[in-house]
Amino acid sequence: MLDGSKTETLLEVNNIEVIYNHVILVLKGVSLKVSKGGITALLGGNGAGKSTTLKAVSNLLHSERGEVTKGSIVYRNKSIAGLDPADMVKQGVIQVMEGRHCFEHLTVEENLMTGAYTRSDGRGAVSADLEKVYAYFPRLKERRTSQAGYTSGGEQQMVAIGRAMMAKPETILLDEPSMGLAPQLVEEIFGIVKELNEQEGVSFLLAEQNTNVALRFAHYGYILESGRVVMDGPAAELRENPDVKEFYLGMSDDGRKSFRDVRSYRRRKRWLS
Amino acid sequence: MPEQLLFAMEVTLNGLMAGVLYALVALGFVLIFKASGIFNYAQGVMALFAALTLVGIMEGQIPFAHIINAIFGTELHHFGWHVPALLAIILTAGVMVLFAWLVQRYIFQHLVNQEPIILFMATIGLAYFLEGVGDLMWGSDIKKLDVGLPQGINDWIDVTTLEALGYGFFIDNLDISATVVAVFLVAALIIFSQYTKQGRALRAVADDHQAALSVGISLNFIWVLVWSIAGFVALVAGIMWGAKSGVQFSLSLIALKALPVLMLGGFTSIPGAIVGGLIIGVGEKLFEFAIGPLVGGATENWFAYVLALLFLVFRPQGLFGEKIIERV
Repeated sequence: MLDGSKTETLLEVNNIEVIYNHVILVLKGVSLKVSKGGITALLGGNGAGKSTTLKAVSNLLHSERGEVTKGSIVYRNKSIAGLDPADMVKQGVIQVMEGRHCFEHLTVEENLMTGAYTRSDGRGAVSADLEKVYAYFPRLKERRTSQAGYTSGGEQQMVAIGRAMMAKPETILLDEPSMGLAPQLVEEIFGIVKELNEQEGVSFLLAEQNTNVALRFAHYGYILESGRVVMDGPAAELRENPDVKEFYLGMSDDGRKSFRDVRSYRRRKRWLS
Repeated sequence: MPEQLLFAMEVTLNGLMAGVLYALVALGFVLIFKASGIFNYAQGVMALFAALTLVGIMEGQIPFAHIINAIFGTELHHFGWHVPALLAIILTAGVMVLFAWLVQRYIFQHLVNQEPIILFMATIGLAYFLEGVGDLMWGSDIKKLDVGLPQGINDWIDVTTLEALGYGFFIDNLDISATVVAVFLVAALIIFSQYTKQGRALRAVADDHQAALSVGISLNFIWVLVWSIAGFVALVAGIMWGAKSGVQFSLSLIALKALPVLMLGGFTSIPGAIVGGLIIGVGEKLFEFAIGPLVGGATENWFAYVLALLFLVFRPQGLFGEKIIERV
């Protein structure tokens, strides 16, 4: 459905460098584009810089003593430097953080309602959207009066995504939705992400370690390694790429094999940004 | 009914009302601690400052008169007008909001993500600074605060109980109004935090700062809001204590009385602050009544702290402290 050359680019990250605490260099020049109406995946292992990239876009970086020191981030042709997270939400960009971060002592419904904090289009519109979120996540409707801290991991992930939907976003930055969830639940969550993308027209920038699932649902993918983009391309192509197959999907020409046996990893790597 | 029992009942009632005043101070602590994790040592001084400002505005005192006089060689002290109590209270509330904004803008905004002990030290500094500012602005003499609340023994209760039980209860009118005001204040706070958008945002911030930021809640705004509410609560506490025992610098020490209340009720619970205050109030009065004569009196000075220590040993989160929800 998506063709990079035809669709409008929503978000453009140009060669950014991010430093934490003035000393720790985490991103060393990351560039990427998110096109309207697509699901863009950001892949890579632990510490590759996926979350940092998302936080640089949502501007949550400041609260963690991080700073974009080089490069620029442009949303709808406007630089986002100097905006705070609330401004970003108002512009239609909202982040669903890694580890879900529900408000534990608030009920499920109250959690969802906090997502509508920045909206000013009236109670009617907000409650209509609440019903819509319940339609996508029927389980949340059953548990609407439970404290979010007592719901299951999968339900909490649904709360976090539903909460973001309540802000009526144009783009959702979704950080590691599969974390700590059973494979079946991961499929369910990704299925809903796909529905939201197709039916509500929400664009997603998705950071994920589970390369296999992410590449099945995404349209375009970027692979990050130690703070650099080492490869990018349409998801279907990445899935077939022999290096991706070997290093991220654990497959090679002689079938599935253990990562332990991938000795030639460093030597064979020849991707450069 | 035996005389002793009736007397104990009267003591209990008086204890309940003293407890309400403790609860008022503790409430200010809870609000700020819950929303920002800051243990605000300056809460007592805020009550003092609010009371000083209120008296100053009501009597038309010129703020910083000493400095002005020293610099310009003038002899100014009063504007020469009197402001009605209600208007003065509204103006003072405005001053407390301004104070909240200044504190957030110039102190805590620069200390985001710092260790709790650093935030605590900052509030200690703030307490002494504010005490100094209060002194400079309004002078250090003891002032009488009269916002028109009824004072003295309530005759109606005295007469009614005398007729019904043969023993007249002595209940101070001021204590009754303090109770009524406190009940309204708490009800308003609960309605605000449970049923309004900003109240929900406040609880969200209390639960998870990062997540609150991510949905577009401005932490700065919420923190100014809580400090303003805590300032208003301090004003109410300042009015009640000030009307009871005059506005003087020892007023700031009521903060110390609020500590055991917090340990009992839990640092994060609004109902806890109320119940804790009542238990301490009643407990210390009854203890003094029952045990005091045996040990030579003055038990009110230490009873609350001993009770708090016992609680720390056996139930450190307090009676109503927030349950830590942990999923495995």
